[in-house]
Order: sequence, then C-alpha cells, then structure tokens
Amino acid sequence: MAPARLMDAAEVRRALTRIAHEILERNKGAQDLVLVGIAARGDDLARRLAAEIERIEGTRVPVGVLDITFYRDDIGLRAEAPEVHETRVEADITGKVVVLVDDVLYTGRTVRAAMDALVDLGRPRAIQLAVLVDRGHRELPIRADFVGKNVPTRRDEQVRVAVAEVDGEDGVFVEEPGAGREAATGTGGRR
Amino acid sequence: MKRHLLSVNDLTASDVVRILDTAESFREVGTRVIKKVPALRGRTVVNLFYENSTRTRISFELAAKRLSADVINFTTSGSSVAKGESLMDTARTLQAMGADAIVIRHSSSGAPYQLTRWVSGRVLNAGDGTHEHPTQALLDLYTIRDKLGRLEGLRAAIVGDVLHSRVARSLTFGLVKMGAEVTLVGPPTLIPPEAPQWGAQVSYDLDAVLPKLDVCYLLRVQRERQRQRFFPSVREYARRYGLTRERVAALPEGCLIMHPGPMNRGVEIDSDVADLPRSVIEEQVTNGIAVRMALLYLMLGGAGEGGGA
Repeated sequence: MAPARLMDAAEVRRALTRIAHEILERNKGAQDLVLVGIAARGDDLARRLAAEIERIEGTRVPVGVLDITFYRDDIGLRAEAPEVHETRVEADITGKVVVLVDDVLYTGRTVRAAMDALVDLGRPRAIQLAVLVDRGHRELPIRADFVGKNVPTRRDEQVRVAVAEVDGEDGVFVEEPGAGREAATGTGGRR
Repeated sequence: MKRHLLSVNDLTASDVVRILDTAESFREVGTRVIKKVPALRGRTVVNLFYENSTRTRISFELAAKRLSADVINFTTSGSSVAKGESLMDTARTLQAMGADAIVIRHSSSGAPYQLTRWVSGRVLNAGDGTHEHPTQALLDLYTIRDKLGRLEGLRAAIVGDVLHSRVARSLTFGLVKMGAEVTLVGPPTLIPPEAPQWGAQVSYDLDAVLPKLDVCYLLRVQRERQRQRFFPSVREYARRYGLTRERVAALPEGCLIMHPGPMNRGVEIDSDVADLPRSVIEEQVTNGIAVRMALLYLMLGGAGEGGGA
C-alpha cells in the first residue's frame, strides 16, 4: 500500500516559514538564538529555519547538529549498538536560547536525550523545541513550543519525513506497519 | 562484529570501517569541556594487565570512563596474581563480580583466547605476547585514514623488530585487509619466516624502500623480548634501520612517520625526527582513546546475542 501523504512540499515550506516567524515572535528577534537540529533530518530542518530567519530578520543564526545516540535510554536493550552520527555545535550555547529542531515528535525520548546532550555542551538560558510533525503518544512530560502540524496517529503507524537534501523531495508521509522504507528515511521517534 | 576482539582477523573490512567511522564521532567528545557521555553507564570494564603498560592501560581507562563505564584496574603486582593465582581463577573471580568487558594484556600469546573460555563478558586483546595488538592496529589505521584520507592503495613500510612485534602483525593484517601494500623491513633475523603469508612484501634494505612510501611505521626494538642477540649492536641497528634525518629526506613529501611508542630515541628513530610535523606519534595516542571508545561502545552498547541488559 502506498504511503499516505500528510504534507506536500509547499505545506512543509509554509509550516517552516510560520515556525520561523513564531520563533522570532516568541524570542523578540533572533538575538542570542542558536538552532540545533537532531540528526538525522532535524539538522536539515534547522538549516531551513535558519535560512528563513535570515530572510525575515536579516540575522544569521548559528546552526548545530546533535547526535543523541550516546544519551539514549535504550542502549543495551537493542541487539546492536545504535549507529553513531556526528555532533557539531560550534557556537557556545551558554547563556543562549537554543531551539532544538526535530522532524517528528513522538514518545519524547529523543528530546529527553537531546536535552541531556545539550547541557553537556553548555548551559543555555532556555531550550525550546520545534518539530515539523507532532504525532502524539508521549511517554515523557515533553511538549513542543513550535509545531508544523499535529497529526493523530496509531502507534503502529510510521510517520516519515522526507527532506530534499537527503530524500530528493520534501513531504510527510504516514505508512502502515511493515510498509518498509523506514530504514531508508527518518521515522518518527527513532524506535 | 564478533563477540570478542582477539585478532584483527576477527574483523571484516566493513567492521573496520564501522569502527573507524564510530571513532570519528567519539573524537568530537574528546574536544568538549565535559569529555564524557553516558552511553555505557552501569557497565563494568576490567583492565587486566599482566604486563606493564602505561599508555594502553591509561588509554583504555580513559576510553571507558569517557563512556561512563565503571573501570577496575587489575594489575598483577600487589594482587592475587602475585600470590600465585592462575589466569583461570582470576578470570572466574572477575566473572563472579560481573565484568561486562575484560581488557587483557598478557606476555603469553593466546592468553586472551583462553580467557574467553571462562568468562561471559566481552574480551578485548590489549596485546598478547608476540601475537597481536588489534586496538593498536585500529588506532593506526584511524590515524592513517584521518591524515591521508584513505587506506586503499597506500604503500606502508613497517620497519624493525617484526619478529617480536604484535603491533607489526596486527597492523599488517589490518592494512592488507583494507587494501594497502605493506613491506616489512628489518634485518633477516628479525623478519619471521612466515611473513610472506601475511600478504606483505619483505625487504632487508630500508633505503631502497623509503622513496615510495605513504607511511613509514617504526617498531620499537624490544630488547626485553630478545632472548638471543638478533643484531650485533644497537649502534649497527640504528645505522642500518634507524630513521635518521638523512633517511627522512628520502621519503616522499606527505609520508607519515609513525611509532607505537614507547620510543627508543636514537635507536629506531632519531630524536629530532620524532618531533617533525609529519610524525604523527602524538596523534596516534590521542586517536587511541577515540578508537577504544568506539570499540567498547560497539561491543557493549548492544544487548548481544544473549539478549537483555
């Protein structure tokens, strides 16, 4: 069965533009902002948001990428050690407002790990969370500050965000269980 | 990856790439103010060292600590081994205490393999006799790939006491596995007769080999392992096989100078050569921590075939 499309490229673009505006509105400008995307795909979205913010405000906001693998709560529970990606946050985040960016907010465990990873890199004045899709089913007391789209899902469905940089097109899809392709692209919640 | 790391030959080429790629991520951790991640919280790593070693033990200890594992250092002096305990009984004791990984260095080749029969945790060979030292080879491969961008097609010479060198064996296996060309260079008495079967060339003339190298790897002259005399004198060895300023001039530009340490300055390597910019001996040490973190993470970060945490 073909995956159902929840957002097309234009909708993704509009959602990111709106989130960029909301970030600027909430923080009264781009001063002291650092965008940190969670690998993989959160970093691509963070760069898009930074480009939007620069277009709107004329300010260049630092962008970093965070790999949360070392901070996961399921290391040792899976058969194999999870694959490690690069972490590169060159900006000093101490005293800054860090906006964590991820593709899908699901159980909240990724965000929990990301916050632990962030505070090892410095002491931000505040951490905010921006996600393209909130699919519900939280297992931790975590809420996003900026949401592209709220999507009610079943737990056994897969929400997949595609970004042009990696996947050749922008879009959000929901797949029935066992529909494959989840290895090739990002799946919400990193379960 | 296999359950234990006893030999470089336990690894496939893709395992090696995975370890080096993972080490790349761990090197970033070493540049942070807080050089620690919680990945192996609650795991216990035992350093079981039957031979003196400063750098390897400290490197493993730092690697485990930066992963938040608990580290126990078990050295033979002042321990039950000094009271005559056998390897088997020490192993059973560590097993009873719940060690998740045992890093062993032993003067007998094959001791790590023996250890795997008695413990359920992972065993990492940190050097056994004249057999292998796989983590040294991996950190060398990492350093070469980092500096030169690749391993395949590179030409490396491993110079000196190949006969007694577990580093030479492991590194040769590793380089050949990754598609590099290896020439073992040294006096005939210090080149093992089975060396051609490792996939390496053999040369007794260092000066003939130098001009076409990408990597010049010097081995320590291990006087403590030589029960008989393999060369007439240290001075003669240094004259024929030591890396001097003049010999460095014969190396192509960009050729790396490497040494596993500890160095005998003035024997296998001249003192000022060891401090040249193209000598990456200190980087080898720094990279060793990242590579050992990667290995511990990959070996202990999964539930393994036993399942459960």
